[in-house]
Order: sequence, then C-alpha cells, then structure tokens
Amino acid sequence: MELSLLSSINTFVTDPLTHDFMRKALFMSSLVAAVCGFLSSYLTLKGWALMGDAVSHSVMPGVVVAYALGLPFSLGAFIFGVGSVALIGFVKQKSRVKEDTVIGLVFTGFFALGIVLVSKIKSNIDLHSILFGSPLGISLSDVNQTVLISLLVVVLLSVFRKDLMLYCFDPRHAKTVGINVLFLHYLLLTCLSLAAVVGLQTVGIILVVAMLITPGATAYLLTDQFDNMTIISVLSAIISSVIGIYCSFWFDLETGGSIVLAQTFIFLFAFLFAPRYGIFKFKKFFSNYK
Amino acid sequence: MEKSNYQNYRIDAENICVDYNGKVALYDANLRLKPGQICGLVGMNGAGKTTFFNALTGFVNLSKGKIRINGESLRSAQKDQTIAYVPQSEGIDSQFPVNVWDVVMMGRYGSMNVLRCPRESDVQAVKDAIERVDLTNFLSTPIGNLSGGQRKRTFLARAIAQRASVLLLDEPFTGVDIRTEKLISELFIQFKNEGKTILLSTHDMIHVREFCDLVLLINKTVVAYGETSEVFTPENITSTFGGISPDVLFGPES
Repeated sequence: MELSLLSSINTFVTDPLTHDFMRKALFMSSLVAAVCGFLSSYLTLKGWALMGDAVSHSVMPGVVVAYALGLPFSLGAFIFGVGSVALIGFVKQKSRVKEDTVIGLVFTGFFALGIVLVSKIKSNIDLHSILFGSPLGISLSDVNQTVLISLLVVVLLSVFRKDLMLYCFDPRHAKTVGINVLFLHYLLLTCLSLAAVVGLQTVGIILVVAMLITPGATAYLLTDQFDNMTIISVLSAIISSVIGIYCSFWFDLETGGSIVLAQTFIFLFAFLFAPRYGIFKFKKFFSNYK
Repeated sequence: MEKSNYQNYRIDAENICVDYNGKVALYDANLRLKPGQICGLVGMNGAGKTTFFNALTGFVNLSKGKIRINGESLRSAQKDQTIAYVPQSEGIDSQFPVNVWDVVMMGRYGSMNVLRCPRESDVQAVKDAIERVDLTNFLSTPIGNLSGGQRKRTFLARAIAQRASVLLLDEPFTGVDIRTEKLISELFIQFKNEGKTILLSTHDMIHVREFCDLVLLINKTVVAYGETSEVFTPENITSTFGGISPDVLFGPES
C-alpha cells in the first residue's frame, strides 16, 4: 500500500519528465517565472501594476508584425511595449484626461490593433498561443531568444537592484545624490517590456500581468526585507510554474491558466496565514503562548 | 561685491521660476544662505514650499533663473553629495520593506561604486549617523514598525551619513514626539557649528522663532526675507497667509 503510494507519487513527478516537450516547458516556464518574479518586487512597490498590464497588452501588434515580417518577435514586442509607455506619457501630458484612463485607453487600442492585424495578415500566427501562451510548444529559436532576453533582464536588474530599490522608495533622494533617475525610470520600463515579451510565451498576453505582480504581492506579505522579498518572489513564481505545468499535464488543463492560478493560490495562502501581515496573525497567536 | 562673494553662499537661488505644464508654481524667488545659517521656509499649503525644495534638489527643472550651491552648479553639487533632503512623513512609503540600516545606507549610495557595495568607511559613517540620532537599538527594525519621530530621525541620519553641507528639511517637526524634537534641535546647533546650512519648512510659528536665524515667507514668490526678528512680523505673516490674521495661525497650530 505504502509502496504503491510512493511509486505513484514517483510516477506523478517523473513521468512528465520523460517527455522532451515537458522538460523544455518546465525549464522555460521556470526561467520566465524567475525573471518576472524578480521584476515584480519592483513593480508592486512602485505601484506599476496597471503599467504592467498596459505594456503586456500593448506588445500584441508588435508580435504580429514581427512574425509577419520574419523578424524576431521580441524586437517587435519591445518596440510596441516601450512605444505604448511613451504614448501614455505624451497623451497624459497633453490632455486633461486622468492617467488611469489614458493607460486603459492606450493599451486597449494597441491590443485591438493587434487582433485586427492577426485577422488581416493571415499568416500562420496562432492567435490562441499569443493570447494564452504555449509553453509546451515553444520552438527552438524562441527558446534561444527567451533565454537571451531573460539573462539580459536578470543582469540589468542585478546590477541596478539597489538603485532601482532606491528609485522606487525615494526618487527625490536618488536625484539629490546625483543618481540618474530618468535612466532608472526607463531601465525599469525596458525590463518591464522585456519581461512581458518572455512572459507572454508561457502564460500569454492576457495573463502575463499576473506573473509581473502576484509573486511580488505574495512576497510583500511575507517579509520586511527587500532582498528577502525578491528571493521569495522569485521562488514563489518558480514553484507556481512547476505546479501549474504538472497540473496541466495530469489534469489536461490550460497551462498558462494553471500557472497563474497556482500563483493566486500561493498569494491567497500568504494573505490568510502570513505571520505578520496575514489575516490570521500567527506570530501573535504563538507569542501569546510564550 | 556680488561676484567676490559668489563662493561664500551655500545656497544661491536667483530669480527662480518653476511651472508645471504652464501652471506657475513659483516665480522670481531669490534666496541666499551662508554657511551655518538656519532659514525657515514659511507659507500656506500650495504656496510653493515643496516646489522650492523640488527646485533645490533638482527634482523639477527651472523655467527661469539659476541655482548655485557652494558656487557650483546644481548638477555638480548633486555629484558631490552636497545636498541632503529630509522628506516629510507623508512623502515616503512607510510600508516599504527596508530597515533603519538600509535607509541610512542610502545616504552613502551617491559616493559608492555602481553596484553600491558598502566600504568600511560607508559602514562607519552609517553607524556614526545612527548613533547621533540615538537609534542604535533599532538598526534592523523595519521602518514600518518605527514611530513617527523615530522614522524622522532615520531620515535625518541618512542626511548625516551623506555628509551634506546643505540640509533641506520638509516639515521636520510635524508628527514627532518631544524627545525627537529635542534631539533635532540639539542636532541643529551641532550642524550650525559644523557650518552646515539648513532650510526647513514648517507650519509652526514657534519653531521659526526658536530655531531660525532667517525666515523666507513665500506665496508663489518671496513675500519677505531676512532676519527672523525683523521679518517675522504679524503684518508680513498676514500677507503671506492671504490676509488671515496671525492670531488664528498662532493659536491651534502649535
């Protein structure tokens, strides 16, 4: 009985690993999750969740155009990601419309443009995989691109992690001590666009914003140390990816949806049981019995 | 005379104007402060106090005018760590996951290498600064768990660790306990003796009389500027606050 349980757990874990596409999916999703998780500490503290949503949706036409022209999809996505942010800034400055309205307006416009382009260009673009991700069917050239972009973002964030933290916390102080705040602003936006590009492959355009905010929000509930927050964020993102992909394999679920749902459940767990900031403050509970 | 004294001013703001998308926030403002002077910046909400600080920290661009710090441009003053800004309590996210040590270390960032790795001297500067504001027992306390006064002292320590000669303090006495207030006033005397120059904004008229050698009354532009004893008169205060009698202001405010 015990043996059969053990062996069935063993099968549950190892069986998917015998498939090439599963190993690739696990690796890619974990990598992408780690990158997005790293970035999400900054985005949640900076209050850029909506910006993350905007950028990730806005890359849609870029992806479509790049595919149609045979360019690397990341290039197109990057241009439209950064372009959308520039446009948001421009419209906000030149009109009396409030910022959240402008953000909503611009990104839905871009997104709609993307959808129209897909229907018009009629190449072999798979709309479904752009919208919902397809970690099980990533091509080799996409793998290379994703790995490269991911490494780039990780290096950028690692080198400038303290400056970015200061930028999120107190930009005026950063400016006062001679740190180039404008550079950090665009650096964070660039990383956001790049992370959205790699993230859309595993969970798709619609859900990539979850990868960019949920792990950071979870970590924020669990620690008061910025470095720990980053580590927890990355770990929870990777764990969610692995859980999501296994569930998707065994229960035949949409992969992107499963990954994001796993992240949501981990957040929910932290929301309820985080030692200090959870609804049931366990630390208090324990300390009462000391 | 103007030219020869050029270098003698810690802060020399000349006819500065700031506008936000065409809306004028501050115009033709002048301020000159020498080493060791403490100046109070007084005005209503929206009179341009924050804008003044923004201009002096380089956080907004001037549409007109010139700022020189120790005779240098603002940009080189920033590079030299000359200016320190102590934000008002509402100006920072108190739930940000950093502790006292982290915040004070931020005062050293500008003089560190790109990766911001603390050297021995940085660690020492941070330790000393924390000791001066009496927070040595709170090194690893998250700023969210500090009282308002302790948090204010943390940011003061950051300015001390930075070794700036120009200190800009936005409402340093708002929301602090008696102990912190006493400590800040002692620090002010030390700063003065060290030749640092302080510009502080405050709502509290009593603090102006107590600490400030000079006072700058503003309402979009300079209403009055000079020695506190001469300039800080009921008439000037009344005109700064748009005709509201100082009695009203002196009463419940303090």
